[in-house]
Amino acid sequence: MTLLMGAVAYDPKVVTVWTGFRSWLTRRGLPFDFVLYSHYERQAQDLVEGRVHAAWNSPLAWIRCRRLAADRSAHLRPLVMRDTDRGLRSVVAVRADAPYVNLHDLKGGTVAVGAVDSPQATLLPLSLLRAEGLVPGEDVRVRRHDVGVGLHGDHVGGERDAARALLAGEAAAACLLDASHLLFGREGTLPAGSTRILAATAPYDHCVMAVNDAAPASLTDRFGDLLLGMDPADPEVRGLFDLEGLNAWLPGRTKGFTALEAAVEETGFYDAAGRVTAEDYRP
Amino acid sequence: MSGGPDRDGPHGLRTVCDLADLPFDQGGHLLVRRALTGLGPGRELAVTGRDPALTVHLAAWCRGQGHQVRPVDGPDGCGAPGRAPGGPVRAVVRRGPDGLDRWARAARAGGPSPDGIVASPDPGWGLAARGALVEEGAPAPGFDLAERDLVWADLAPRLYAHAAAAQWDPATAVPWDAPFDLPPAIEEAVVQVMTYLVENEQAALVVPARLLTRVHPHFREVVQLLAVQAADEARHVEVFTRRALLRRPAMGTSSAGGRASLASLLTEPDFALASFLLSVLGEGSFLNLLAFLDHHAPDPVTRAVARLAHQDEARHVAFGVAHLEHRASADPGLRGRLRGAVERRHDVLRDTAGLNQDVLDALVVLAAGSWEPAAVGRGHRRVQRLLADMDQGRQRRLVRLGFPADEAAELSALHTRNFM
Repeated sequence: MTLLMGAVAYDPKVVTVWTGFRSWLTRRGLPFDFVLYSHYERQAQDLVEGRVHAAWNSPLAWIRCRRLAADRSAHLRPLVMRDTDRGLRSVVAVRADAPYVNLHDLKGGTVAVGAVDSPQATLLPLSLLRAEGLVPGEDVRVRRHDVGVGLHGDHVGGERDAARALLAGEAAAACLLDASHLLFGREGTLPAGSTRILAATAPYDHCVMAVNDAAPASLTDRFGDLLLGMDPADPEVRGLFDLEGLNAWLPGRTKGFTALEAAVEETGFYDAAGRVTAEDYRP
Repeated sequence: MSGGPDRDGPHGLRTVCDLADLPFDQGGHLLVRRALTGLGPGRELAVTGRDPALTVHLAAWCRGQGHQVRPVDGPDGCGAPGRAPGGPVRAVVRRGPDGLDRWARAARAGGPSPDGIVASPDPGWGLAARGALVEEGAPAPGFDLAERDLVWADLAPRLYAHAAAAQWDPATAVPWDAPFDLPPAIEEAVVQVMTYLVENEQAALVVPARLLTRVHPHFREVVQLLAVQAADEARHVEVFTRRALLRRPAMGTSSAGGRASLASLLTEPDFALASFLLSVLGEGSFLNLLAFLDHHAPDPVTRAVARLAHQDEARHVAFGVAHLEHRASADPGLRGRLRGAVERRHDVLRDTAGLNQDVLDALVVLAAGSWEPAAVGRGHRRVQRLLADMDQGRQRRLVRLGFPADEAAELSALHTRNFM
């Protein structure tokens, strides 16, 4: 039997990445193939319903898969994740000359966020605001930037638009991944000294390779062992790592998804059975 | 950056990197990377600095690079920091293996000077500078002329330096505005000779240009020399065209036989054989032709363009001869293949006229200077002398490459009537 993995084609490089991994894995004796999805919601359903054995999931897709699985008494486990998937933070950035001292000062203003389904640029930072007593849509206006809806924020375009809205004065604050704030400063989207960080979320985790326990353990275990053993001293591996954005595969874990679970619950993005219940979400 | 040790750290001595007021996203990462480069994996670096976003940006950057980071700022930015000369320690970075794996199997692509050239450079070095530390893993571009003995001559670096220093500007090196007035028949002869030179120089441009794209860049002096050679020919095409059109609006004729002869040069894929046919025999013969034009030029512009081209062609011939001497010393079978190339080309051209009769006639008129019978007779003798000089020159170069005198004479006689 061939281990079949799903991945979302958020960028053309995804074909290069998984074709390269397929070649590397099959040469080591693992029958492996992949299918590409245009968005995470169908991939989540297919993992839980057993049409694929593994899914390279966004954190939001993990949460949906977990809820879908619980509803059907299926079992999933987090197999591996990239080292770069651990310990991310989101920031609420404001213009450097803004008078704001803390999040409460944003009350009555507009907050620019990424796509409706972006954990890092929408769901988690709005949850931070909520935790500080600001109800999005009531205490602050939310200006969404729906680029790549269904890709769970993998497309950075929504964040870039949010940063531009902040600079243009269309929003008092912008919600961004920490690495995106750094990137926009280095590339000049945010000119030097133009913004400052008003608040940051606690660290959380990002993508995870989810496997359905109904898949043959001999395949999924071998899959995990091979990935964890990939050596970046091997030039072929290094090329794949550079493209996929990791330095090493680490064992999967779920403790970094707690804050996103809470955000999903607060917004009713999915219901307990994993149905999509968010308004205006059309992947 | 302060690279000094800090005794306040929990593990005793610790290196400190102070960014002062430099924001992390405005170059601060360079200082941190530099400080980490000097540390072994697992060692810690304390980072100080006053950028408010430092801890957030440092953590995001370290995540991407595979370093662990431990902020010592509290949630409000103060926490319980250690101290260093640059101020409170904002974060401690534990160095990951970043960069070490990447360069673990890297190797130097020979050495930067000609002494560092290797006989068989790794195809995977590709476009890397000679002597660079080359990371493994890029696709090999497929340069098929990748053996030292296939392309090299010890003279190449010196010839390149000479070529680079001897570049001339067609706009200023030729006295385009010099006054002269030629009889129509002489001007016509000049136009015909220039037309012939242009098509020959176009062949002489295409051949090295094609070869240089196949030479492994490790032999960079050869690539450079071929590139300048192609550029030389580009200038020759320009000045010969400009001289042809200086007084008249139309170019002369181009014969099928002449072009057939040149086309047979373009099809030779072997570097040594192509150098031999083009540079040693063809351009070698052209040295005599250009000297002839310099001597018998009826006007200062024709004289200048012939003389300038002659300087360049001498260098092209020198590289061809030097390369083939190098090659012959390493490959005793080379001379047999050179002979075969001349014979094959002769056979291919057996049924063609070889040379445009208009060109030969034009050379006679040009050397005669008028249509007076006595002058034409003089011109004819001068052209016969030119053909003999070309033959002598070819024989001399063939002997230099190790051919016995009788074989050199035989091979020279088989050379194309088109000269190039």
